[in-house]
Amino acid sequence: MDISNYLYLSAILFTIGAIGVVVRRNAIVVFMCVELMLNAANLAFVTFSRINGNLDGQVASFFTMVVAACEVVVGLAIIVTMYRSRRSASVDDASLLKR
Amino acid sequence: MLNFALEVGKTHTPEAVLFWFLAPLAVLSALGMLMAKKAVHSALLLAWIMISLAIFYIAEDALFLGIVQVVVYTGAVMMLFLFILMLVGVDTSDSLVENIKGQRAASIAAAIGLAGLLTSLIGRANMGRSSVGLTGANANGNVQGLAEQLFTKYVWAFEVISALLITAALGAMVLAHSQRIRSRTIQRDQSIARFRGTSLAQAAGLPGSGVYARHNAVDVPALLPDGTPAPTSISAVLEARGDMIESGTFALQPQEEEEN
Repeated sequence: MDISNYLYLSAILFTIGAIGVVVRRNAIVVFMCVELMLNAANLAFVTFSRINGNLDGQVASFFTMVVAACEVVVGLAIIVTMYRSRRSASVDDASLLKR
Repeated sequence: MLNFALEVGKTHTPEAVLFWFLAPLAVLSALGMLMAKKAVHSALLLAWIMISLAIFYIAEDALFLGIVQVVVYTGAVMMLFLFILMLVGVDTSDSLVENIKGQRAASIAAAIGLAGLLTSLIGRANMGRSSVGLTGANANGNVQGLAEQLFTKYVWAFEVISALLITAALGAMVLAHSQRIRSRTIQRDQSIARFRGTSLAQAAGLPGSGVYARHNAVDVPALLPDGTPAPTSISAVLEARGDMIESGTFALQPQEEEEN
């Protein structure tokens, strides 16, 4: 099997994640789409590691996972804080600066 | 396209079977995640995508990352997502009204452009070479090889990322902490409020539900000695939820006619 199929899959998943970030309104779903983009990038890293025959790509993927875990913790805490003050998890409702 | 189809036809290895079984499923569930109205469905589909990515990692000789993917992503991260979903409210569905006109169409067009750019570039990512494979790099075992890299070449990044983890944990604690505005009501305060208030009617405590009532249930008001129902005997939570029967129906009717 051509190994770049994995890269195509990664590109497709990344694109779907990007659409979700722009289109969806629920902050939690937007966040999940960010996670999907990170995962797609990880798949590309792992595939590059296999193409080049060394483990650097896998180490990069490992670091991405740690960063993603940190991001989830802080991001979800922000969403909960937002929900506490606005009573809604929609990204449209955080619009105090508009007025 | 014809070349592509021929290549697909040529693949006989088990990995190809795995790929062509799991990859369309992953893409379909990604699309479903994008379109699902309820956030819980999105979360479950994302969990499935993460599991299939873990299987891909294992198929690509990244055993350690495959296991870590299951443990960290589907285990910890997705559970955190579901936990926050339960906290924030599962039934808050997305509003489908477009606030910026044409935003959805424009973003989908931009995304298709992005996909074209990515795939056209990625098609040349291996520069026509065949892949080297990881049998050489994994000769001493995948975990040992990764550990060697982590603790020699990438040891500085490893240290920095540990600082990042601690910072994130502290940040979450700071964000989740809410300062108490009023001091906690203790028993002494309650007692003072009961006896030094405007009336002594509640001094002995609120009447219990079902006391002197004809039914023994928490949503039935107690009857006072004169036969009138006492609405204060029912928990305020039941009243707020609307799970309460109108208390007037429980009033005792004067039965003078029967006595005569």
